[in-house]
Parts: sequence; C-alpha cells; structure tokens
Amino acid sequence: MGRTLYDRIWDAHAVASGPGGRTLLAMDRHLVHEGSFHAFEALRASGRAVRRPDLTFAVPDHYVPTRARERDPITHPELKDKVDTLAANARRERIAIFPVGDVRQGIVHVVGPEQGITQPGLTLVCGDSHTATHGALGALAFGIGASEVAHVLATQALWQAKSRTMRVLVEGVLPEGVFAKDIILALIARIGAQGGTGTTLEYAGSAIRSLSIEGRMTVCNMSIEAGARAGLVAPDDATFGYLHGLPYAPREDEWEAALAHWRTLRSDDDAAFDAEVALEAGELEPMATWGTSPEHGAGITGVVPDPANEPDASRRESLGKALRYMDLAPGRRLEGIPIQRVFIGSCTNSRLEDLRAAARVVRGRKAVVPALVVPGSGLVKRAAEAEGLDRIFIEAGFDWRDAGCSMCVGMNGDLVEPGERCASTSNRNFEGRQGKGARTHLMSPAMAAAAAVTGTIADVRKLLDER
Amino acid sequence: MKPFTTLTAVAVPFDLVNCDTDRIVPARFLRQPRSAGYQNFLFHDLREADRDFVLDRPAYRGARILVAAENFGCGSSREAAVWALAGAGLAAWIAPSFGDIFLENSFKNGIAALVLPATRVTALREQLAASPGAQVTIDLPAQTVRFPDGSLEPFDVDAFRKACLLEGVDEIDLTLKHEGAITAWEARRGAQMPWLARRPD
Ligand code: SF4
Repeated sequence: MGRTLYDRIWDAHAVASGPGGRTLLAMDRHLVHEGSFHAFEALRASGRAVRRPDLTFAVPDHYVPTRARERDPITHPELKDKVDTLAANARRERIAIFPVGDVRQGIVHVVGPEQGITQPGLTLVCGDSHTATHGALGALAFGIGASEVAHVLATQALWQAKSRTMRVLVEGVLPEGVFAKDIILALIARIGAQGGTGTTLEYAGSAIRSLSIEGRMTVCNMSIEAGARAGLVAPDDATFGYLHGLPYAPREDEWEAALAHWRTLRSDDDAAFDAEVALEAGELEPMATWGTSPEHGAGITGVVPDPANEPDASRRESLGKALRYMDLAPGRRLEGIPIQRVFIGSCTNSRLEDLRAAARVVRGRKAVVPALVVPGSGLVKRAAEAEGLDRIFIEAGFDWRDAGCSMCVGMNGDLVEPGERCASTSNRNFEGRQGKGARTHLMSPAMAAAAAVTGTIADVRKLLDER
Repeated sequence: MKPFTTLTAVAVPFDLVNCDTDRIVPARFLRQPRSAGYQNFLFHDLREADRDFVLDRPAYRGARILVAAENFGCGSSREAAVWALAGAGLAAWIAPSFGDIFLENSFKNGIAALVLPATRVTALREQLAASPGAQVTIDLPAQTVRFPDGSLEPFDVDAFRKACLLEGVDEIDLTLKHEGAITAWEARRGAQMPWLARRPD
C-alpha cells in the first residue's frame, strides 16, 4: 500500500525508536518568539545549551507594539522586557533574530515562509499552536508547549507518536467572494473543534491546488482549530515558484537537487488515510462565526442556531453560555448583526493577498467603525505600500499599523473593549481572546472589510456586485 | 519530576465543552514570570463572572482531580494552562478528549491526563455533582479509575507516557542517550541539504 506525504516526512526524520512505539523525530527548523522565555529559562536552569542555533530562528511578534511611536524603542516597560528578553536569549545562544526595527520582523508564521526558512519536506516546530501554517509548503509543522520547546532547544529532536491521518478533499471552484478562510471555517463547522484531534490533515483537491501559497497558509493555519496539530498541502509548482530566490531557500547551484527531492513529496494515489472528508468549493458561502468556538460558524445567509435542538446536555448548556456571552438570540440572521470594531491581521490573514482582498472592498468607501489593519510582516507592509493599499485603507479611515500579532490576542495592548463586537480575520473567537468581554466574529479579510464599511456583518458578495 | 502512581482524592466536575486554554489562563497574564504563581490566574474571568464557580465551592476544596468535558484544553499551546491547574493542587484530569498540545503538556509536567468514554465521563461528573466532595481513585499501574459509586473504569494510556509518569523520567536525559544517532542523522542531512544550516547574511 502507498504512503502518505505525512508518512514520507515522518520516515525521513525518524532517528531512533523509544518505549511505547515512540519515535525520536529530528527537527529541521525551530522558531521561537517572546513567549519562549520559559523554555530558555528551563534550559539555562538545567545547565544545557542550544544544540543547533543555526537551525533556530527568533522573531518577536506577540508583544510588539504596532504604533510606530511606541515601537522603536518600545515605550511600554513590560512589553519591552519581553521583547528584550528574546533578543538577549538569541544573542546569548547565537540564534538568528529578526528584531523590531528590521523590515523582516513580523508574525513568526508569516516570516518563516517569507524568508524561505519553511521548505517542503522539513520538520518545523514552534511554541505556538498555529505552527501548522507552515504545512502549506509541505513541511510537517506543529505547535509545542514550553517543555517541548526546551527539549528541542537542547536536542533538536522530539519524541512523537505517529498521528492518524485525515484527507480533506476540496474540489471545484470557489465562487466570487469566497476565499481560503471560508474553506477552513466551513471545514471546522462541519467536523467540529475536535474533529481533527490526534490527526494530521492533508488538504487536497482542485480547490486547494488553485489556492495561492498564501491561501494555503490560511487553510493550514486553522488546522489546530479543528483539533489537528498539523495540516499539510503537497508541494507543487506554485510552492517551488514561491520559494525560488528567497533568502533561506537553496541557491541556484542547489536548486535542481532540491526540486528533484521536493517533487517526491506527495501522497501515493493508493495511500490510505484513516479518515476522509470532502467539501464542494462551489457550494461554499462567505462564512462568519456566531459563537465562542471556531466550530460555531455558518454561511452568511445562515442564522444563529437554537441550543434547544442540541441533544447532549453539556453541549446544550455550553451553547447557551456561548450565545449569552455573544448576546445573540437563537434564530438571529448573521447578516446585519451590528459590529463595533474590525481587525484585519493575524497569522491567518495578514499577507499581501489578504490585504488586497480587503482593499478591493474598501476602495472608495468609508469605515463606519474603528478598523485596524496590521500587516503580517514589515515586508508585507512595504509591498502593500508599494501598490498603494495603505492609501486605500487610510483614506477610508482605517488605522494602518506595523507588523505583529496585535488584536488577534491583545498581548501588546491592542484590545477589543468589553462588550464590543469585533469582525476579525484572526483564528479564535474564544471568550476574552481579543480582550476581556470582547465578542469576536471570525471571517475572511473581504468580509471584515465589508463589516467595516457597513458597520454590520454583511454579505461581501453584494458589495462586490455593486462594483 | 515526581513520579505518579496512584491517587485518591476529591474530584471536581467541570462541564464546559471546548474549554480553551485562553479561558484557563487569559492571555494578559502570560507576561508574568512563572514565580508569580499561575494558579492565581486560573479561570480568572470565568471566576469573576460566576460567584458560584465550581472550583470555589467549599465541598470541592482540596480537589486534586478535575473531571472535564469534551476537548478540554483546546486552543493555544500555552503550558501556563497546565501550570495554573497544577499550581491549584490538581494532579490529574479526566475528559472524553483533550486538546492535543494540552495533553502533551500535561504529561510533560507529571500530570495524568486520562481519556475515558464520553458517557462514562458524563456519569462521573453527575456522580460528583450529586455528592460534592466525593473521592475518585486513579490507579495508573492498573490503568483504572474508581468512581464514587464504586464502579471501576479501565483506561488506555500510551506506554511511553505511562512509563514517564511512573518513573518521573527527564525526557531530555532519555533523548541524549541517543545523541550518537542524532549526530549521525544531522551529518547526513547536512550533506544532502547544505543550505539548511546556512545563513544568507
Ligand atoms: S497572530 Fe495570533 S494566532 Fe498567530 S501567532 Fe500571533 S497570537 Fe498566535
């Protein structure tokens, strides 16, 4: 029987076998950010050093201010301390860093691919659950906790049990106004927030192939929101074209050899997956979430469900709590729900293509609520400005910021106010995720732009039609 | 790490489905050093909103086992979620399913995170709600949980995790026993893909 892409990458990285069928898996790449300070402390306390500083890369993102005047140097003492600690650890351990003030700085999951650090067939870990993003280039990438970060720093390897595999087949053509974000929100709504627990997802099918690498990153990014630690797309010519010439990619004299290897990285036609789920791209609508789990999503023409229809008692009670938190009544149509704030950014949707999709809706219109655009990296920001996207946003009244995680998690102080409803392109609508009492509705950048100019959750297709 | 073998203790039922780690420790507390005691931030906002929060009820005081609902600990990889629960005295958790990273983080901290069938976990939570302060026994070597009503429920646990818990193994030490194999793998990798270890600047 054939092997999956996951099997291939796994086998190529198996270093030793351990008790209970565990495998010691070698790591090609390790990305660290400010939150990794616990692991550096643990490493130091144990008297160990970083084994492979040359394979480790540091990027500050979670705590970095996004307003120019607060950023370089950072004015907030606690934020400064977190960012400085990362820089000090990088210096001490001789790890490459993309610091604040460097145009390459940004969200770790935007920077890795953008620099060519992420490549097909590699293993890549980071102390962050959205590490699955890098799977868009065909790397086996997953998030780890602080203990595992310390373990990888010390050994450049991890003990892993092989996961199950699930193939997510998306065939067909996405309708106008429907994007990569809608694919992944629809998948999570379908299989649930734990539908992928214990599995590695491989996204395949013509609709996935037609996505840009950026769109594939949006899809892979939210694998964890379906419970899966890793999501993969087999690399193809689009992947190779994306990587060619990037700073950390193979040089010209190495390129053909790399390409020959990368072309072997796919699942065999007769490979067996433990599970399979199919979505029809042509049937998808723009999505929005209405609750406090990413699985609480529906098409824009849909309504808030009634918890009374939920047979399981604890699920029913949890749904009721979610609707009370969100202040939404069962049966409420999603379209027209008033919002008070918009956030366009995060490792899910802060790349050039995302900003373009939002700008296309915004052009010639005005934001009627406070709206924030935070590019995923300094390079994304520069590229967006080169094509005038910043002018479109600024003229429409949006706040055009510098790169970082920002309002996705609010750790840098970019927060949604208590009780406010925020249309957000990020990945988590958990209670309090964007700030205490904040109510998050997840959607695509085009949908968030539509929300900004209408002040409601709106059907972006109607705004595109007016054009 | 302290070995884990058997534990008989008060267990507290926690009904929330898909309880994410942002709820266990809100993000704004993560800038604190570990010495600040993450237990002080445990379920911070839930507790503030609910005067009768289950972990604060006198009957469950001293609980060392948490019995949760589906997909407990989903979301962010923050290990602070485990440190907060452990810091509050909890030493084991039982649920129908856990977030994958949270599950891994639990075992790395010497916590037994046990998966039982959903119907049995619901039954267990009902028993604990009906007689607050009732005790549960986890027997790791025998792989059983004894419910307050006396019934005995077997559980599966990954042999690697079980061994690590029983012996309190330091995983880095275990890995470094294979250092020769790691070095050999790295040498092969370096020869095949020299660009991986190269810095452009
Ligand atoms: S943008 Fe949000 S989800 Fe992504 S790494 Fe930053 S905080 Fe995490």
